[in-house]
Amino acid sequence: MNFTPENIIFIGVLGLLGAGLYGLLVSRNLIKVVVALQILVKAAILGLVLAGNISQQINLSQSLAITVIVADTVVAVIGISLAVQIRRHLGSLDVIDVATLRG
Amino acid sequence: MIYALLVIASIIFAILAFRTQRLIASALWLAGVSALVSIMCYLLGAYAVAVIELSVGAGLVTVLFVFAISIAGEEGKVTRSVIPIALAGGVVIVALALLGWLTLPITAVYPPVSEVALPDMIWNQRSLDVFVQIVLVFAGVLGLLGLLAEAKAPLKHSVADEYAQKRDRELEALHEQSLEKETI
Repeated sequence: MNFTPENIIFIGVLGLLGAGLYGLLVSRNLIKVVVALQILVKAAILGLVLAGNISQQINLSQSLAITVIVADTVVAVIGISLAVQIRRHLGSLDVIDVATLRG
Repeated sequence: MIYALLVIASIIFAILAFRTQRLIASALWLAGVSALVSIMCYLLGAYAVAVIELSVGAGLVTVLFVFAISIAGEEGKVTRSVIPIALAGGVVIVALALLGWLTLPITAVYPPVSEVALPDMIWNQRSLDVFVQIVLVFAGVLGLLGLLAEAKAPLKHSVADEYAQKRDRELEALHEQSLEKETI
């Protein structure tokens, strides 16, 4: 395989996707779950920009990436505020403690 | 060479962002990932995305994280993951191997197309996206109100513990009643 810049950055996209997915599966702290989600979305943004660079349509990919950045920021805000409210009401940030149903 | 360095550094920062124990350090490593991603976007020719990613991803989101951590406080206890680590690692490796096998190496060469300018693309060709962004920004403002909302004094026990204690008391009362009936 030729290590062209496109291939190297695609490997980076794969690495960031892997790190985000692993963090999402392993983390139990609610704020760390949001951090892992942010890493996943950063991989998606980089993938979009790379696709635009390869297909010579960088402006289309930039327009899509800006939408993804806005959505990602809103998701982060709502996720963080949910985590803070859960911490206030339950006294914990652990995802296990959020499940209050006991049978 | 610079691409390889940026890629390796961003993956290391991403791993450190959820491996580190302190939440504030986690937010700062995430800001580092965001800065490196914006440099890569700049090198790929996406200048607008690079600027927005650096200002929003590394700036605004980090400030929000630090603000939220200062309200919520650090979580002291170290917790084990629900899913076994080997299983999580296996799932991730299989997913990445499949994705890499299907896409790498990137050899497709596209003919150059005449592309419209970025402002024209955003405001005319993809105007629906702009409306969606406006709606999303309003949703974000509502989320921020949730972050800033004052709550009652923090509970001493979690709600789940209180309900469990209440249920135990009721069960004990029922048990005592049944014992009394038996003695009568």
